[in-house]
Amino acid sequence: MERILFGDNQFFGVNHISDEKSRAQAIKFKEDAAILKVLDQSRDCGINTFMCTTHDRIANICNAIRSNPEKYKGYKIYPCMPYAHKYANAVTELGIMGAMKQYVPGNFFGSLLKGGVAFVSKDYISMMELMIDAEMKMFKGIDTPVIFLQNVITDLLIGLGMKDILKAFNDYIIKKYNAEPGFITMNLPKLVDMLESVGIENPIICTSINKDGFRMSGGKALYEQTLQTKKVRVIAMQVLAGGAISPKEAVDYVNSLPNIASILFGASSKNNIKEMVTLINTHELQPQFNSL
Amino acid sequence: MIKVALIGAGKMGISHLAILGAHSDVKVVGVTDTSKLVTDVLSKYGSFNCYSDYKKMLEAEKPEAVFVAAPTKYHTEIVSELLKRNIHVFVEKPFSLNTHEGKTLVQLAKEKKLINQVGYHNKFLGTFEEAKQLISEGFLGKIQHFTGEAYGPVVVKPKQDTWRSKPTEGGGCLMDYASHVIDLINYLIAPVENVHGSILKSFYSDTVEDAVYALLETSSKISGVLSVNWSDETYRKMSTSLTIIGTNGKIIVDATELKVFFKDNQCPTNYTKGWNIRHINELTQPVDFYLRGEEYSLQVDYFIKAVQGKVPNIINTFESALLTDMAIEQIKNFKNN
Repeated sequence: MERILFGDNQFFGVNHISDEKSRAQAIKFKEDAAILKVLDQSRDCGINTFMCTTHDRIANICNAIRSNPEKYKGYKIYPCMPYAHKYANAVTELGIMGAMKQYVPGNFFGSLLKGGVAFVSKDYISMMELMIDAEMKMFKGIDTPVIFLQNVITDLLIGLGMKDILKAFNDYIIKKYNAEPGFITMNLPKLVDMLESVGIENPIICTSINKDGFRMSGGKALYEQTLQTKKVRVIAMQVLAGGAISPKEAVDYVNSLPNIASILFGASSKNNIKEMVTLINTHELQPQFNSL
Repeated sequence: MIKVALIGAGKMGISHLAILGAHSDVKVVGVTDTSKLVTDVLSKYGSFNCYSDYKKMLEAEKPEAVFVAAPTKYHTEIVSELLKRNIHVFVEKPFSLNTHEGKTLVQLAKEKKLINQVGYHNKFLGTFEEAKQLISEGFLGKIQHFTGEAYGPVVVKPKQDTWRSKPTEGGGCLMDYASHVIDLINYLIAPVENVHGSILKSFYSDTVEDAVYALLETSSKISGVLSVNWSDETYRKMSTSLTIIGTNGKIIVDATELKVFFKDNQCPTNYTKGWNIRHINELTQPVDFYLRGEEYSLQVDYFIKAVQGKVPNIINTFESALLTDMAIEQIKNFKNN
């Protein structure tokens, strides 16, 4: 994994601390060309990995990347699935069964229900695999070395104690996509324990790491302890705690911790991208990173 | 450890279940749902004891507290059964479809001295909590008027039916979306007492309204406008906001941001004359387990603490949710007139 990853929240009006900013961003990035322009600016600054949700519009970005193979040579995408709001809104409107019927591809779900066939464990896992394949379609032909499970799903599975499903996601990503599985979470300590319990070693985990302890569930001290004692490859996100911390302070804090493989951030302007990249690059890597 | 069970494992039920599952003071003893598919997954992968009949679950598992997230039309029957069995109850919003039945439940919970809470989670958001403080300490002066709004992309084209599209079962934008806004108005300002006009509109749904517009008046005679639309796809997810203007200033508040304008320097110490902006990251309380938002964990935690006797049972009580149901009823009746 590279030291710096570029995120996509700003492109889709995802802003955790202001609905107003979120609308302004949705307006700014209405056209795909505006997204591609900022991606190119991030590439100019040396960022060669784009970590993004499986939002419908990412399909257009993928088309642009595929149609310019020379320009995007060596460019990587880390998909994060699923784009949860698509499903959440469907569940509110259609109920769980209705949403499943809409999103599980083919007649798989319908025919099982119609036939009154009892589900066996294998069926649920195959259903999940079909959904992963559906989400991955848009990335065909693009280098996706790490594939992530979004935090809403990861955290839901943690709370429900469904460690076998985390394991099934992990194994399917390796088997089918020859990629590394990753997990996004707001609950790092709990996730590390759960992954350990199903034998997943040295996992890639993307989680909030910031000086303010914002969205570090269970507390900053517990996160620091986890980073110091467990074998994990952490991608730090929300390092600016939504803008509460200055970029310099933010990067200083993250760099003081072991086991941070990468920093993920998103920005809408070239200057902001440059500032973060310069700050991150002026710091020495902690020795733990060398093996990654 | 508090022994807790869940009745109704739909969207909100499963969210509660995950938060309860991760809670260090809770042991989840059982889950009831009518969907075989859902209980099958929960028992196979989550090792929960699942039932299709909640009474059988109550008999077998003897929970001390139960979360009810079944469709609204079943709330009265289930909640009343739980209270009779001396079980503490957390029930999803809206509280009850019928205010007469709601009153009975309020009475029963009082008589039995049981902890009762309804899932109006916005009250556990730091931004609304801070707005509540500013208003109750009088920093806005005399309140003149408010606007309560909620928008989101739930029904953006004609679609098939679920219980949410059936008015008799607690579906529709008024029950689902507007209830949150009314409840916040009740909490931040004063209970809505009179409805001076309402328009319920359907854009895509056949049987329920997709938008609610109403003129409201609180018990303290403050006027306000309600504007709610769940068919607005310019919003990525539900967005609830309140604008409140008073003689000394104005507040615009939503889940992420609190904007306050003070006319002069008579404001709290960390605020100044003119506009002040504070964000959720500085106002939220940290949680031990996070899923979708701190407020969901905080409301569950508050309920569990109330059962343990560590906090008073004063936020989102049945009584406060009944006031919201009463306003909903008036909005509906005005439209029917």
